[in-house]
Amino acid sequence: MADSHATAVEAVAANPELRHHFADMEQQKNAASLGMWLFLVTEIMFFGGLFCAYLVYRSMHFAALAAGSQTLDIKWGAINTAVLIVSSVTVVLAINAIQNGKAKTTIAYLAITVVLGFVFLGIKAIEYTNKFEENHVPGPHFHFTGTFDDNGKEIAVDPHHVELFFSLYFAMTGMHALHMIIGIGIMSTLAVMTWRGRFSAQYYTPIENAGLYWHLVDIIWIYLFPLLYLISRHQ
Amino acid sequence: MASAAIPANQIPETKTNYLTNGYSVKSWLLTTDHKRIAVLYLISITAFFFLGGFFAMLIRLELLTPASDLMHADTYNKAFTMHGMIMVFFFLIPVVPATLGNFLVPIMIGAKDLAFPRINLLSWYLYILGGGLILHCMLTGGVDTGWTFYSPYSTAFTNTKIIEAGLAAFVAGFSSIFTGLNFIVTIHRMRAPGLTWARLPLFIWAQYATSIIMILGTPVVAITIVLVAVERLFHLGIFDPRLGGDPLLFQHLFWFYSHPAVYIMILPSMGVISELITAFSRKRVFGYRFVALSSIAIAVIGFLVWAHHMFVAGISLYAAMIFSFLTFFVGVPSAIKVFNWTATLYKGSISYATPMLYAFGFIGLFTIGGLTGLFLATLGIDVHVTDTYFVVAHFHYVMVGGVVMGFLGGMHFWWPKISGRLYPEGWAKLSALLVFVGFNLTFFPQFILGYLGMPRRYADYSQMPEFQVLNVLSTAGASVLAVGYLLPMIYFLWSLRYGPLAEANPWAAAGLEWMTASPPPTFNFDETPVVTWEAYNYDELDHLKEQKEVAVG
Amino acid sequence: MAGQVDALYIYLVLVSTVMITLIFLAVAVLAVRYRRSAGHKAEQIEGSTVLEIGWSVIPFGVMLTFFIWGALLYFKERTPPADATEVYVVAKQWMWKIEHMEGQREINELHVPVGENIKLVMTSQDVIHSFYVPAFRIKQDVLPGRYTTLWFKATQPGTYHLFCAEYCGTSHSGMIGHIVVMEPQDYAQWMTGGPSVPLPEAGKQLFSTLGCSTCHRFDIQGRGPNLQGAFGKPVLLEDGRTVMVDDNYVRESILNPTAKIVNGFKPVMPTFQGLITDEQLNALVAYVKSLGQPAAGTAGAQNQPATSPAGPTQKTQVQ
Repeated sequence: MADSHATAVEAVAANPELRHHFADMEQQKNAASLGMWLFLVTEIMFFGGLFCAYLVYRSMHFAALAAGSQTLDIKWGAINTAVLIVSSVTVVLAINAIQNGKAKTTIAYLAITVVLGFVFLGIKAIEYTNKFEENHVPGPHFHFTGTFDDNGKEIAVDPHHVELFFSLYFAMTGMHALHMIIGIGIMSTLAVMTWRGRFSAQYYTPIENAGLYWHLVDIIWIYLFPLLYLISRHQ
Repeated sequence: MASAAIPANQIPETKTNYLTNGYSVKSWLLTTDHKRIAVLYLISITAFFFLGGFFAMLIRLELLTPASDLMHADTYNKAFTMHGMIMVFFFLIPVVPATLGNFLVPIMIGAKDLAFPRINLLSWYLYILGGGLILHCMLTGGVDTGWTFYSPYSTAFTNTKIIEAGLAAFVAGFSSIFTGLNFIVTIHRMRAPGLTWARLPLFIWAQYATSIIMILGTPVVAITIVLVAVERLFHLGIFDPRLGGDPLLFQHLFWFYSHPAVYIMILPSMGVISELITAFSRKRVFGYRFVALSSIAIAVIGFLVWAHHMFVAGISLYAAMIFSFLTFFVGVPSAIKVFNWTATLYKGSISYATPMLYAFGFIGLFTIGGLTGLFLATLGIDVHVTDTYFVVAHFHYVMVGGVVMGFLGGMHFWWPKISGRLYPEGWAKLSALLVFVGFNLTFFPQFILGYLGMPRRYADYSQMPEFQVLNVLSTAGASVLAVGYLLPMIYFLWSLRYGPLAEANPWAAAGLEWMTASPPPTFNFDETPVVTWEAYNYDELDHLKEQKEVAVG
Repeated sequence: MAGQVDALYIYLVLVSTVMITLIFLAVAVLAVRYRRSAGHKAEQIEGSTVLEIGWSVIPFGVMLTFFIWGALLYFKERTPPADATEVYVVAKQWMWKIEHMEGQREINELHVPVGENIKLVMTSQDVIHSFYVPAFRIKQDVLPGRYTTLWFKATQPGTYHLFCAEYCGTSHSGMIGHIVVMEPQDYAQWMTGGPSVPLPEAGKQLFSTLGCSTCHRFDIQGRGPNLQGAFGKPVLLEDGRTVMVDDNYVRESILNPTAKIVNGFKPVMPTFQGLITDEQLNALVAYVKSLGQPAAGTAGAQNQPATSPAGPTQKTQVQ
């Protein structure tokens, strides 16, 4: 029991956050980081299935998917993209703040991130409502009579395939929104924990790893936006 | 091997080990000790194994006679579905990683625990939650789609509880992902000083490769399940051709996980076999580098072959040819392992202890299973035998003849470490024999049945009474196999109370796990080991033993 | 062809038996020869790269023979001869509905003459099924929403099992029948019994009664493409893609007309989804197929999208 126990005692004295099975904080931090990156890989594979379905149907029914895409409001999509990019910046600033021991600044930036997350969800709510009103929600009330505007030329499309587009739209943005909600929850929790003094310049690994998660959710949106909103927009 | 039991009155003052470190229910249910979690998994996985086995018994009993006379066809369809779902998601995928893997990975690399002990506990609770869901599903009607739940039958035609069953698999999938994640981080970041990658036991290499597949593949089946549920709930048309969707897309997404999943099942058992062969030949494995890297090769190539389940599904001719070609590639690393294990026996010092018998059995049965996989990879033959009992026989040879034999061999080998007791060798050998004989009698006739044309998932074959003889043989074998599986349950439990106490290294085997007490203390080692030796250093061990004998005698 | 499948199978069985015997023997001999005994230590052998390469390359080489033979066989199995007689198959839970071109309908039985190439054009009304004739060593999944094909040439008269080989619900094991292979004269006699409206003829009648001929005219340019000689040739679509006019395209155009509109035509065709049965659909497809051979003296140029540029306003005839 002698050696490692003594080291453990020293380590505990050095940092109360050190878990017993790690030799030192650096090992713990590296392990946590690697764990988070691996988790992000699983998230990429998870969304990957949806992207795969999208790719297949886009290649099979391009006109129909384009017609569906053209009914989405680019304005909202673009604003949401900007919102998320800014929120990723605020996350980085929050991490930077805690690295310098500035707890209050950290909380502020985390709070802004949360607010931006809610803005994103609010805009999505507006968009979903619009789709509901236009009867573009897949299911028994789905109704589509538009065409695919190919640079002025109108190409007819099969409403069933357009419904496929909207199925993918709701599945992909819905899954993304679910991840946003989880992210907001995590950021809020971290803000509270920071306020309670849990984090400092010596220990802020959870904030860093949560930041990675937030960035991934942001990146996924950056793929979703052009794939869903910008199919064949030439104007 | 001389008796390894220590008479009770000569045991030195016992220190606390992981089993005696707290007896309350809370100390077990809220444990973060990887060894206790492994035991929790062992109990729950064994329970599901017997449940899955119960459904197997229903199937075999029904198939004794050509007519569908034991149960209604719907019930039979639910029986084989539950058998498949439980065996795949709740037994085969977690059995070696979550029990032997959880127990041994930290100890084998000289660590005190896995990287994320609380996530490890979460994994178990997710498994229990998933298990609870599948039990509830089963008790309130069950599912009848087959474990492969193909659309559009599963999305638009069946009235059984798809969403609940899908949810159960989804949750169990996350249990699997977290286990894999934990192992990868642990193996990367927590190896003892001096333990380089080239010195790792092959079991660790195998677990590492398995974990890669777990984290890359499982999320894809997760999203597939979500899409099926969404399609059922909201009548969307993602996989429904009447609404413009493509049923083949489901199959591609499903098999993209489910093929690598079979490598999740077999790789850990292959890791076990490597350990058994070395320990019971007292030899470093032949071609260590090749065996280690073959695990990684199987993991990687395994992701490239999924559509060999779809040769007659309606994919293009050229796609079929590509996947057939790639499938032959994945057979090569498996063959490399078998040859290396066999070569390890050469000039070894071979013991016939029960674990080694299971290893021998594995080599034989996995070779047959793997070779019949080549039959299925061969396009011209696959057209005839796919969706028949030939496939059923093939996958049971690799899953049962492979995974389960490996698991049982590992359980016997590490039982003294896990429980601190020795199992009764005589009964164990008998069970191994029963398992081997029962298994072959159950599944070899099915190869013939398949080639003769008996399709899978048939409750009734009254128009083809010529199939009965082989079915009866198969059921007879299953009865023997069942006994072979029940006996270890009984004698392992018996040994907990009446078995002789085991010393730290009853097999005189190499490996860090044998350098700590049986059972180990909660933090595994009294002192963190510093590794200066290669894996399977039997030369050194025997040398040390000789020195000790010289000193003593 | 069944004989060839068996030959390949026996080849694999032989190779496998040799492999298994070698491994079994090796393990048994080594396990006995090097049984643990007092005073004998194991000899630590690291490995042999030569052996590793050897036993990787040689088995892979043998596997390649499996692959090549299997692939050649598969290619033949999936390439129906051009002169094959077509028979339509509609699978549904839980029966096989067969329609001969001459109009005969069968349930769960398929009568064919011996020695003739038969091509099955199959679709499902509901879930995925699989048409499996073990005696012929053939199998093909039958999908809803599209056609899949299977061909064979029976060489021996007799009755052979037909099974459904893709799990499809309650009576999956009840979805079985027979292939009845008859001598040509017996088959001719069998054909005379039962309905005698050939499928293309039935289709032609439907073409008229359902109003297809209103727009798809053969004399002047109608609101729909002229279908004379269209089958089996590529056609340019409105969105710029080119597709082959085959069974699947004709079927899709009847059920989802707006999916793939021919270049230069408006999306005015109504859908017939839910208005016609699969059998009627097969008849219509068979009729359009029969128009594939260009009739004498038809007007209009052949549509070759690769060579003729199609601008937005140019109306291109489908020929």
